[in-house]
Amino acid sequence: MEIDPLIFRLSIFILSIFVGYYVVWSVTPSLHTPLMSVTNAISSVIIVGAIIAGLSGNSNSVFNTSSIFGFLAIALAAINIFGGFLVTQRMLAMYKKKKKEKK
Amino acid sequence: MISANLSAIFYLVSGVLFILALRGLSSPETSRQGNLFGILGMIIAVTVTFLSTGNFSSGFVYVLIFILVGGSIGAFIAYKIPMTAMPELVAGFHSLVGLAAVFVAISAFLNPEAFNLGKPGEIKLGSLIEMSIGAAVGAITFSGSVIAFLKLQGIMSGSPITFKGQHPLNAIILISIIALIYLLCSTQSSNLFWILLAVSFLIGFLLIIPIGGADMPVVISMLNSYSGWAAAGIGFTLENTALIITGALVGSSGAILSYIMCKGMNRSFFNVILGGFGATDEKSSASSKEQRPVKSGNADDAAFLMKNASSVIIVPGYGMAVAQAQHALREMVDTLKKNDIKVSYAIHPVAGRMPGHMNVLLAEANVPYDEVFELEEINNDFANADVAFVIGANDVTNPVAKTDPQSPIYGMPVLDVEKCKSVLFVKRSLSPGYAGIDNDLFYKENTLMLFADAKKMTEDITKNL
Repeated sequence: MEIDPLIFRLSIFILSIFVGYYVVWSVTPSLHTPLMSVTNAISSVIIVGAIIAGLSGNSNSVFNTSSIFGFLAIALAAINIFGGFLVTQRMLAMYKKKKKEKK
Repeated sequence: MISANLSAIFYLVSGVLFILALRGLSSPETSRQGNLFGILGMIIAVTVTFLSTGNFSSGFVYVLIFILVGGSIGAFIAYKIPMTAMPELVAGFHSLVGLAAVFVAISAFLNPEAFNLGKPGEIKLGSLIEMSIGAAVGAITFSGSVIAFLKLQGIMSGSPITFKGQHPLNAIILISIIALIYLLCSTQSSNLFWILLAVSFLIGFLLIIPIGGADMPVVISMLNSYSGWAAAGIGFTLENTALIITGALVGSSGAILSYIMCKGMNRSFFNVILGGFGATDEKSSASSKEQRPVKSGNADDAAFLMKNASSVIIVPGYGMAVAQAQHALREMVDTLKKNDIKVSYAIHPVAGRMPGHMNVLLAEANVPYDEVFELEEINNDFANADVAFVIGANDVTNPVAKTDPQSPIYGMPVLDVEKCKSVLFVKRSLSPGYAGIDNDLFYKENTLMLFADAKKMTEDITKNL
């Protein structure tokens, strides 16, 4: 009997939760704010769904109810992707080590 | 046009890059590279999506336009936002992820053929379940984050809003969401889909209003987690590996942060979620409050104490963020260092309004991160330090958490500030902190209260040094 592809996706999902668990515990507490902004940015990979939705219209009518929601989702996700990565970059650039001598 | 298998492999690659992006955050040196991995992962995911649809017709142009519009807004915000507003920004971003998830779910529900999910009214059962869970969680994330944003921004009062029958009402709504998903899947009725969305928006709103301002670190982390689960739900619907991996990562990340924050307050997760903290405790503390003598001083006294110290520990809190005092603070510390005084910073896990809030502000003010320590790392050093300079923190220094089992914050890990030879406490008034309890530290023999705005006081001390 064949295994339902859903089971494979579920396996990926469960294993990723474990990966996430160990990876996030190793994040240093001083970087918890950048952690939140970067997770924000990467969860906006939901834009792939939005793009498929936006391109769902046919050549005669680009806009239908479904694709309009897709386009709106694209804009929202894009705000998050650019905003999230750039603000993370900006924050991380500020974390500097003490120059010179002793501790 | 590339094959479905090839694009699935690319989505896997971008999922792995996202894992590396989080992995990079284990130290500030590797974090910047990690962020680049994240960006690369995103570029791969978006490019592959374009290639796999193979549709470069007029719709494609609109997709690019919307990406550009959203992207410029995002970039503009990212460059303009002051670091003190980071909690609001993150809450706002969460709401967008939630809303995007809702929109994608609506779009898939209206036009399932575009996603290979069957026909309208005959959507595959598994997909419909995943879709409705993704949409419901997305809607909760959206409305909850909007409330969190309003509270953090100060547009809405930070005090908990509670009413009679709140918890039973929430329980009923949550049960009805499950019932609606069940009915939706058996009838495929679009009306039920809209009702499900409306009810989910409502519950997100109701869940967050009873939670008070200082519990925001938990709320933001929790919403972070929700936004991940919403993304994962949509990922299952779209059968997209990148989205499933990311959703799981973000979901567990938010959950861990919530756990750390709850532990920092010695409260259970449910205790925070059920809300209303502080509202009930105020009465008891008000009645027991008696006038006790406090020593107060001015910038001159503070400067004198610090000049004669050999080591100083700074304890920043939310008040520092409110007063925007981080730059003034660093200037003061620079002057101290010139006088060969050893200075370090002690950060409580729940200081500020989001995890890591204080660290970002100090980093902004060019404080090297190896001078900033977490609670466990530095707590033993207070006994050997000459001066503790508490700026904008309160409850996290209250010794009552260690001594009085009756206190609402009993058992919460606190910074052992009272062990210092002397304590300088910058505060605007003697009013109790968020937990509504008096801080014993105010009345200690070795405490000098500095009643002033944090920024102004710090500047004045620097002048007097």
